[in-house]
Amino acid sequence: MNIVGKNVLRADAAQKVTGTHEFAIDGKVPGMLWARIVRAPLGHARIVTADTAAARAVPGVVSVLTAADLPTPMPLYGSVIADQPLLAVGKCRYYGEPVAVVLADSDEAASLGVARTRIDYEELPAVVTVADALAADAPLVHDATTAPGSNVHKQYEYAWGDVEAAEPACHTIVENTYTFPMIHHFALEPFSVIAWPEAGGVQIKSPVQHPFLLRRVVAECLKLELSKVRVMATSIGGGFGSKGYAKYEPLAAYLAMRTGRPVKISTSLDDAFVTARRLSATVHMKTGFDRDGRILLQKVDADYLMGAYADAAPRITQKASYVSCGPYRIPNLKTVARAIYSNTTPSTAARGFGMPPLNFALETQMQMAAKSLGIDPVEIRLRNLVKRGEQLVPGDIPADGEWSEGLRRCADMIGWNDPLPPGTGRGISIGIKNPIPGSVSNALVKLHADNSLTVAVGTSEMGQGACTVLAQIASEELGIPMDRITMIMGDTAAVPFDVATAGSRSTVTMGNAVQSACKDVVRQLEEMAKELGLIAPGEKLQINGGMMSDRQNSLSFNDIFTRYFSKTQGEVVGRGLYKGEVVAGHPLGGLSDFWEVIFIAVKAKVDPATGKVSILKMINVSDIGKAINPLHCKSQEEGGAMMGLGHALMEQMIYDQKGRLRNGSPLDYRIPTTMDVPWEMDSSLVENQDGAGPFGAKGIGESGAITAGAAIAAAVSDATGVFFKDLPITSERVWAALSAEKV
Amino acid sequence: MTADTFDITFTLNGLRKSIAVRTDAMLAEVLRENLGLLGTKVSCNEGECGACTVLIDGRTANSCIVLALEVDGCAVTTIEGVAVGGVLHPIQESFIEEGAVHCGYCTPGMILSTKALLDHNPDPTTGEVRKALEGNLCRCTGYNRILKAVSRAAEKLRPTPGAGE
Repeated sequence: MNIVGKNVLRADAAQKVTGTHEFAIDGKVPGMLWARIVRAPLGHARIVTADTAAARAVPGVVSVLTAADLPTPMPLYGSVIADQPLLAVGKCRYYGEPVAVVLADSDEAASLGVARTRIDYEELPAVVTVADALAADAPLVHDATTAPGSNVHKQYEYAWGDVEAAEPACHTIVENTYTFPMIHHFALEPFSVIAWPEAGGVQIKSPVQHPFLLRRVVAECLKLELSKVRVMATSIGGGFGSKGYAKYEPLAAYLAMRTGRPVKISTSLDDAFVTARRLSATVHMKTGFDRDGRILLQKVDADYLMGAYADAAPRITQKASYVSCGPYRIPNLKTVARAIYSNTTPSTAARGFGMPPLNFALETQMQMAAKSLGIDPVEIRLRNLVKRGEQLVPGDIPADGEWSEGLRRCADMIGWNDPLPPGTGRGISIGIKNPIPGSVSNALVKLHADNSLTVAVGTSEMGQGACTVLAQIASEELGIPMDRITMIMGDTAAVPFDVATAGSRSTVTMGNAVQSACKDVVRQLEEMAKELGLIAPGEKLQINGGMMSDRQNSLSFNDIFTRYFSKTQGEVVGRGLYKGEVVAGHPLGGLSDFWEVIFIAVKAKVDPATGKVSILKMINVSDIGKAINPLHCKSQEEGGAMMGLGHALMEQMIYDQKGRLRNGSPLDYRIPTTMDVPWEMDSSLVENQDGAGPFGAKGIGESGAITAGAAIAAAVSDATGVFFKDLPITSERVWAALSAEKV
Repeated sequence: MTADTFDITFTLNGLRKSIAVRTDAMLAEVLRENLGLLGTKVSCNEGECGACTVLIDGRTANSCIVLALEVDGCAVTTIEGVAVGGVLHPIQESFIEEGAVHCGYCTPGMILSTKALLDHNPDPTTGEVRKALEGNLCRCTGYNRILKAVSRAAEKLRPTPGAGE
C-alpha cells in the first residue's frame, strides 16, 4: 500500500501551528447579536422574581429574556428524550442552568447585562449523590419521569446463565462497591455557537461532533423541517463527547429566528463545567472464581448518576452496562444498571461512554482475585480472555482479535517479570468498548476533470485526525496524491448523512463509506471507458497513481473525462454507504461493528510520607486491526491514557449540599500537565488486519481513557498492598490508607 | 486618548504599532478584537490554561491577564510572528512531524512557550522542557508527543557542529 499505514502528516496541522485555523469562537457575522447567559446560583430552587430593568438599561443591550418571554409550553430539547428547556421555567434544576439570556450589540454589553440582571430564588433541597437521589423521601428532580415518584429515569437489565445456581461451585468470591466521580471533559475550546435565520429556517455554526443529530434535535425543538436546519460543524477544539449532543445551539437557533438576526452565544471555560460532565457511578460487583481463577459468575449493580436533564445519559447507562462482562468469558451474568436524575450538571457522552466506572470495578476485581488465589495478574486474565471467534456478549459479534497477543505484548513492554524496587508497583488492565451499533455513514466522492478529488463526509474534525485518515483511504483507493484531495466535513447542507463522530467509529464506518464511494467512482469510469470503446466489456481497469490501465493501454482519469464529457465540464460522483447490522429486538438496536480493545500496563512509585503517586512507566497497546496512520493512532491512545491518568489520580467535580459546584474552574479542577506525564511512555499497535473497517482497520480513540485508571489503581495496590475502590486515588487518600494500615 | 483609554506603542511581531486601548482591556482582547490576530486563543480567561500565551520581551505571558497598556514600549510576539515569510519555524515543523498537534487549540500557546524556552536554553533537559510547558494545558495529546516535538525542535535549532565557526 502507498498511503495507508504511513505516518502521513496531519492535513490541518500547518494552519494549526500558525494560528490560522478557524474555530467557531473566532467567527463573526455582520449584524450579529451577542448573547450571554444568566445562570442559576443554586442546584435546586424556585424562581421567584426576575428584575431585568437594570440590565435592559445597559447601553447596547437589545433585550433580556426569561422563560416568561418565551413560548408556552417552553420548547424542550434532547436527543434521547426532550426534557431540557431553552431557559428554566418555574424552577432551576442545577447550578449554572440558563435562567435568562441577555442579547446585546457587543459581548461587553451582554456581559454587563448579565451582571445587572437580578433574579430571586427560593431554595429547594437538592439531590447531588446517588444516595440522595434514592433516599425514600428524596426531592424529585422532575415531576414526572418515566418512573413517577422516583429519580430513577430508566433501568436496564442483562442476564445470561444462572448466577445463583453457579455460586456454590465458586472457590473465591470477590464482592465490592466502587465509586467513580463526576468528571469534566475539559476541552480547551469553550462552547461557542453562531446561528442565523435563513430562508424560513436557521443555519448554525458550532463545533459539534454530530451535526446531523443536532439538526434533528433543533428541528424537533423548534418544529422545523430537517431541510430548514443547516448545521455547519466547525473544527472542534477538543470535544471528548462534550460537544456531541445539543448544548447551546437550540437556544441560539431560537434567538436567531425570534430576532431575525445572527446570534452568537459565547461561554467561558468555567461555563463548560456547568454545561457537560461525565456520568459518575456507584458500582457494586460480585465476581465468583473457581480455584484456577476462571470466572464462573458475575453480578453487577451499576447506579449511574445523571445530571438534571437526560442528554445522552440513559443511552450511556444502557450501552456501557451491556459490556459489563469486559473482555472475559463469563458463563453466568446478571447486570442491573440504573440511570438516575440529580441536581447537577447534565451528564453526557465522554470518552469511553460509561465504560470507565465498570472497567475500574471489573479490573480491580480481577486484581483482587489474582492476589487471593495466588495467580499472576497477567495469567488470570489470559485464562479468562475470550479467544478469537468466541462469543463475548451472547447474540453479538464474537471476539474479532486474538487479544492474548496484545496482553502479552503489553506485559513484555513494561518488563512484567523484572524485579521491582521497594515502594514501586506494577499493574496491568484491559479495556473494551463497542462502537455505535447498527449505525449509518454515507460519503460522497467527487472526481474532478483535473484529477483532483473532493471527499464529502458528515464526520467532524475534532483533533482525532479524521480529515487526514479519510483522505488517506481515498488516496489509497484511487491513487490520487494527498495534496489533490479536499475534505468537506460536517455541513449538513453539503454532505450526506452520518450519525455521529463518536464511539471510535469514524475510521471504520465512515472509512468504509469513503472506500465504497471511491469504488463507485471506478465503476462509473469503467462504464464510461467501455462506452467509449477504450476497454472491452467484462474487462477491469487497474488503478495506479490516478491512471487507469488495461493490459495494452494506460489512460488517465483525465483522458476518459475529456473524451466522455468535454474539456470544460463534468465530474464523476461516487456514493458510498455503510450500514451496521440492525437487529430487531436487540437491546442496543444492532450489532457491534468491532470491539475496541486496549491494554495498559503501569509502573508506579508511591511516596509513603506524602501519598504521592508517580507514574514511572506506562505502556499502551491497542488491538487496532490495521493502523491507517500509526503515528496518529499512537498519539491518540496516549492522549486517552493521560486523560485516564487524570481521572485516576486527581480529577473530581465537587458539589456542596446546596447543589453548588465548588471547583468549576481550571484553577480548582486540575487536569494532568506535562509534569504528570509518565517518565517513560510507549505505545504499540497489534495489527492483524482483522477489523471491519477499510484494510482491516478497527477503531481507536476512546482507548486509553477506558482503562488507564484501572491499570494505575492496580499498580498503586501492588506498591502499597492497599486496594482503592474510590477514584480519584489522591495523595490524601493514599496517605490516609497507608496511615490507617500502620495503626 | 480619552479618560478610559490609553495610547500605547509597542513592537508587535517585529512591527511598530501605536494604538489606543481601554485601560481595563486585556492584551488577549486587544490582539483578537482590535488587531484581528485570532491565533492567540482564549479559553479560561484567568491565566490557568496557557492557550493565550504570547511572548513579551521574549518571556511567556498569559495575555488574558496582562493589561494591554502594560506592553507599552515592549516587544510582543504572537503565533502570527513565529513563521517568517510563510516558512514554518523549526518548532512548528517539529510539532507537525511528531504528531504533537491534535485539535490545535492549545498549539499556538505551546509553540510560544517552546520558543521562549529554546531561545534562552538551546539544550534543555527533559525536566526543563516539562517545567517550561507546565502552564500550557492540553487535553488531547497526553503531552508525550509534545515533549518529543520540543526535543526535535531543539535538535533542529542547534548549530551544525563546525558550521560557520
